[in-house]
Amino acid sequence: MTENTLHHDYPQIWKRYTPMETLKRYLGYAAIVFIAVWSVSNLEIPWFYFLDAHVQAADLLERMVPPHWPFWRKIVDPLIETLHIATLGTVFTVFIAFPIAILSARNTTFNRTTWFIGRLILVTSRSVNTVVWGLLFVAIFGPGPVAGIFSVAARSIGFVGKLIAEAIEEIDHGAVEAIEATGASGLKVLLIGVLPQVMPVIMGTIIYRWDINIRESTVLGFVGAGGIGIVLYSSINLFAWHEVSVILLSIFGVVIVSEYLSIKVRSKIT
Amino acid sequence: MSYPTTWSPPTFFGNRFVRYAVLLAVIGYFVFSYLTLDADWQRILKGIPRAMDIFERMFPPDFSRWKLLARGVLESVQMAFAASFFGMIIAIPVGLCAAGNLVPKPLYYAGRFFLGVSRTFHEIIIAIFFVKIFGFGPLAGVLTLIVASFSFIGKMLAEDIENMRPGKLEAIKATGASFPKLLLYAVQPHILPRYIGVSIYRLDANIRHSTVVGIVGAGGIGQTLAASFSRYDYGFSFAILATIVSLVFLGEFFSNWIRGRLR
Repeated sequence: MTENTLHHDYPQIWKRYTPMETLKRYLGYAAIVFIAVWSVSNLEIPWFYFLDAHVQAADLLERMVPPHWPFWRKIVDPLIETLHIATLGTVFTVFIAFPIAILSARNTTFNRTTWFIGRLILVTSRSVNTVVWGLLFVAIFGPGPVAGIFSVAARSIGFVGKLIAEAIEEIDHGAVEAIEATGASGLKVLLIGVLPQVMPVIMGTIIYRWDINIRESTVLGFVGAGGIGIVLYSSINLFAWHEVSVILLSIFGVVIVSEYLSIKVRSKIT
Repeated sequence: MSYPTTWSPPTFFGNRFVRYAVLLAVIGYFVFSYLTLDADWQRILKGIPRAMDIFERMFPPDFSRWKLLARGVLESVQMAFAASFFGMIIAIPVGLCAAGNLVPKPLYYAGRFFLGVSRTFHEIIIAIFFVKIFGFGPLAGVLTLIVASFSFIGKMLAEDIENMRPGKLEAIKATGASFPKLLLYAVQPHILPRYIGVSIYRLDANIRHSTVVGIVGAGGIGQTLAASFSRYDYGFSFAILATIVSLVFLGEFFSNWIRGRLR
C-alpha cells in the first residue's frame, strides 16, 4: 500500500521545471508579449502601407538596376575622405580615451568625484550617436570632413574608454607596486606600470572601433560632415537610383575589406 | 663592465626597427591625409568662438516644450521595444541557419551571407530605403531597427551554437530525437542564457539607435532633434540630448541589473 502512494506522489514523466517555475516563465513571456503589443499599437502604424510595399520595392529595384558604372570616378575621392575620417577620428580617440579611462577605473582614479566625472564623460560620449555628434560639430566647424573627424572621435571615446577602464581594473597590481617602490612619479607609474599591461587591449579595441567607424562615417555626410555620405545623400535626393546602387556596392566593398583587415590584425595581436 | 646606465621600457612592437617603421608609416599617413582632406581651415578656426556661442545658447536647456519631447522619447522607446521583440524572433531561424554544425553547407553559406549583408550597411542607409518603401514615420524606423537587431542577435546565436560541445548534440541524437526535438532539448538550453543576455543588450542598443533614425524621417526623438538643430534652437537641442543621455543611462543600468540577476 505504501508502495502505491509513493508511485502516485512522483510524476511518471520527467520535466525540467517545477509547475511554479513554469508558471513564472510563462508570466515572463506574457509580459514580454504585452510590452511588444502595447508598443506596436501605440506607434499608430499605417498598416495599409504594407499593401503596396512590394510595388514600391520592385519599383526601387527597377530604378537601381543596372548600376550606372561610369559614376565610380566621382566616388573615389569621397571614399578616400571617408577612410580618412574614420582613421583620423580613431587615432585621436586613443589619446583622449586613455586619460579618461584612468579616471574611470576604480584602482587608478584619484577619488570618487574624479571617478564619477570620468564615468559621466564615457556615458555621455556613448549615448549620443555619431550622426548626432555630427549635427553638433557641423554647427561648430561648418560642413566638411573635420566635423566628421571630431564626431567620430567624440563617439569612440566612450566605447574605447569603457573597455580600457575595464582592462585597467583587471591589471596585475604587483607590477604597479614594483614601479611605485622605485620612487617613480605618478605619471611614470601610469606609463610604465599600467600602460604596457593594457596595451594589447588598447590596440585591439582601437582596431575594432576603426572598422565600426568606417561604417559610421559612410553616413556622416547626411548631416554634412564629409565623406561618401554627401554624394549618397545628393544622389538619393535627385532620385538618381542607378548612381545610388554604385555607391552602395562601393560601401559594401570597403566595409567588408576593412572588417576582414580588422579581424586579421586583431588575431595577430592577441 | 659596461652595463647600460639608463633603462628604457621594452616597446610594444617587439623591436626598435618595427617601432620606427610604424612611427614613420603613421607620420606618412598624416601628411597624406592632410594633403588630400578637403578642409576649409579658415572656417574651422572660426569654430572655437562659434562653439562658445553655441554652448552659451544651450544653457540653460529649454524644457518648455516638454510635451513634444516626451512624445518623441516615448515613440523612440516604443520603437526600440517593438524592434527588439521582432528582432529576437527573426534572429532564431536566421541564427540557426548560420550555425555550421547544425545545417547543411549551402544553407550555412546562405545564412552567413544574409547576416553579412544585413550587418554591412549603417542603420541610416537602411532607414532611407524603408522610408522610400513604407513612407515617413515610425514604421520605417521599427523595420530598420528590426534588421539591425536580428542581424546582431542572429550572429551571436550562430557563434554560440558553433561553440557547443558536440557531446551535447550527440547525446540527444543518440536517443533517436527528431531535428525539432534536437533543437528543443540540446540547442535551446545551451543558448537560452546568452540569447536573453544579448537580446537585453540589443534592447539597450536599440534605444540608442532609435534616437538617430529620425534624422532621415523614420520617426522617434531624432526627428525632433534634427529639426531643432536646423532651426538653431540649441536650448531645446540640449534638453533633448540631456534626455537621451539619461534615458540611455537608465536603460544601461536596467539591462545590467537584469543580466546580473539572470547569471
